[in-house]
Amino acid sequence: MTDNLISLLVFLPVALAAILAMTGQRAPALSRAISLAGAATLLIVSAWLLLGGFGNTAQVIELGGWSAPFGIVLVFDRLSGLMVVLTSIVAVLSLLYAVRRDEDSAGPHFHALFQAQLFGLNGAFLTGDLFNLFVFFEVLLLASYGLLLHGDGRKRTRAGFHYVVVNLIGSTLFLFAVGALYGTVGSLNLADITLKLPQVAPDAVPIVTTAIFLLFVVFLIKGAAFPLYLWLPGAYGYASIPVAALFAIMTKVGLYSVLRVDSVMLSGNTIGGLVETTALIAPWLLWLGLITLLLAALGVVAGRFLRRQIAYLIVASVGTILIALGLVTGSERELAISGALYYWIHTTVLSAGFFLLAGLLIRHRPEAGDGIEAAPPMPHAVLVGSLFFAYAIAMAGLPPLTGFFGKVMILAAALDSPLMAPIFAVVLTSGLIMVIALARAGSRLFYQSQATPGHPAHAMPRGARTALPGLALTIAPLAVATVMVVGAQPLSDWLDGTAQQITTPSGYLDAVMPDGILSPETAPGKLGQEYEGGKH
Amino acid sequence: MTNLAISLLIGVLTGAGVYLVLRAQTFPVVLGLTLMSYGVNLFLFTMGRLHTAAPAVVGATEQSADALPQALVLTAIVIAFAMTAFVIVLALKARAALGNDHVDGTHIPQADRVIDRRKEPRA
Repeated sequence: MTDNLISLLVFLPVALAAILAMTGQRAPALSRAISLAGAATLLIVSAWLLLGGFGNTAQVIELGGWSAPFGIVLVFDRLSGLMVVLTSIVAVLSLLYAVRRDEDSAGPHFHALFQAQLFGLNGAFLTGDLFNLFVFFEVLLLASYGLLLHGDGRKRTRAGFHYVVVNLIGSTLFLFAVGALYGTVGSLNLADITLKLPQVAPDAVPIVTTAIFLLFVVFLIKGAAFPLYLWLPGAYGYASIPVAALFAIMTKVGLYSVLRVDSVMLSGNTIGGLVETTALIAPWLLWLGLITLLLAALGVVAGRFLRRQIAYLIVASVGTILIALGLVTGSERELAISGALYYWIHTTVLSAGFFLLAGLLIRHRPEAGDGIEAAPPMPHAVLVGSLFFAYAIAMAGLPPLTGFFGKVMILAAALDSPLMAPIFAVVLTSGLIMVIALARAGSRLFYQSQATPGHPAHAMPRGARTALPGLALTIAPLAVATVMVVGAQPLSDWLDGTAQQITTPSGYLDAVMPDGILSPETAPGKLGQEYEGGKH
Repeated sequence: MTNLAISLLIGVLTGAGVYLVLRAQTFPVVLGLTLMSYGVNLFLFTMGRLHTAAPAVVGATEQSADALPQALVLTAIVIAFAMTAFVIVLALKARAALGNDHVDGTHIPQADRVIDRRKEPRA
């Protein structure tokens, strides 16, 4: 039953994508209904699985009944479950927005691409196989290329070209890394690789180490870390609003892969008994996170329209999470991961919501859009301004909203780190820079309105009359943030448990490979015998 | 000897691909991506080790080739092929929308009027 439900998380979107590719043009209303129902089903099923505690021990689904190193497995644990729930929340929000604002009819096949994107995202979060991860990356990227170019615009095309080329190069590097790992370790299953890493032949150790570094370079390209984040502000800043909101989860795929591969494959492991892997990647993550955060804060200052600022806020959150993932000092690691996950939920949901708010601004200010410049007064300026204020507080990390708590948890975990001083300095300074940038943006957007003769104050621009009900979508992420603040204690207890699950990879390994390494001689069933027959 | 030849080939393909990807016009970039994907496909293929006269059927001959890299390379070829087709269309769209084929879409004054491509200003 639960096996089928977990498989449903991956296979429902792809089935819907196929159907929607056929109905998309002919029956727009039906397509909307199917797409929304699909996303809602994903949200309900994933939330039910997660809250029902099915992720407390890793659930393994062997596709086609082939056991772990031979077949492909899906693994549902708390971390992957949480990621799927987050994806579904963001998906429902941006789909509702797209349908409400009619953004989905700006080009063909919006809903089919959207579902394909969800297929790729959920697959990437659930798979336990590195090559399969590559395939799901490709699926989600190909869908995201289509979504990014949805609608039109010269700048969007230019940003789209950069995005596609950077990601194609990333995919090539991914294949090099996966190929080198397979050639030396002899497996593609994450758990199997983990078990086989200590047995790597000494002369293959440099190759394996290189392959692992290459793998993380790819993840950091997808996750938009310094120095490979420059594709993001363009792509996210010029995408249409619902697409940008959905993309709030995209960088998290890279970060999820970093966390998953680092915690399962590298923690407490060695490569061929020669290279200790626990601290192989983490220090790099920490430093890259610090640089990313600082540069992203400066990017927020430099952004000349709100969507670009939000894109840089996303980069800043990537930096913050990387700092937390880079802390490896013993028990502090659990605390750091728990804090990072809290911050992770906060930044995903709120940056999606912030993009929706930018969409509201674009509609309400026909002259200036979301450009940070003075424009004729907009309707509901007080309400929209208050929402902007709330988002800005949350994203910049001021109390009493979620960004503050996330940062406090991460900084608390960093107290024992030898790099405490630079971490505190960078996190606090960048927070200050972002506050200044957002305060400036807010005052330009909402205080310096000019009443021009053609536009007396409180005039309603065309199409703005329906604004109030639409505000609910912009308020919903803030409601999530409020719940996260009110329920901070139970949530953080749950996240502590999740962090514990992440930092004890033996649970994951036992679930996927209950019999340890299968050599051809000990492999159960026909496959082993046939293989043995072939050897002799 | 074959190993050396194949390694050199992978190196040359990837190197040429990287060089072309760093060019400023979209067409060389697309070519570069294609060459890089050729390089990585060959690389994946050789990760199953090079055997002569060894089919990927277990038990058919003394030594059997590893079938998995062949499956991987097939997947990679299909994906790379689709991506190339997509990126070419995107490059054409960018050429049409931006009026030139610079990767940043930077408008070069008078570029439209230059008929002889050799005289076109270098970007």
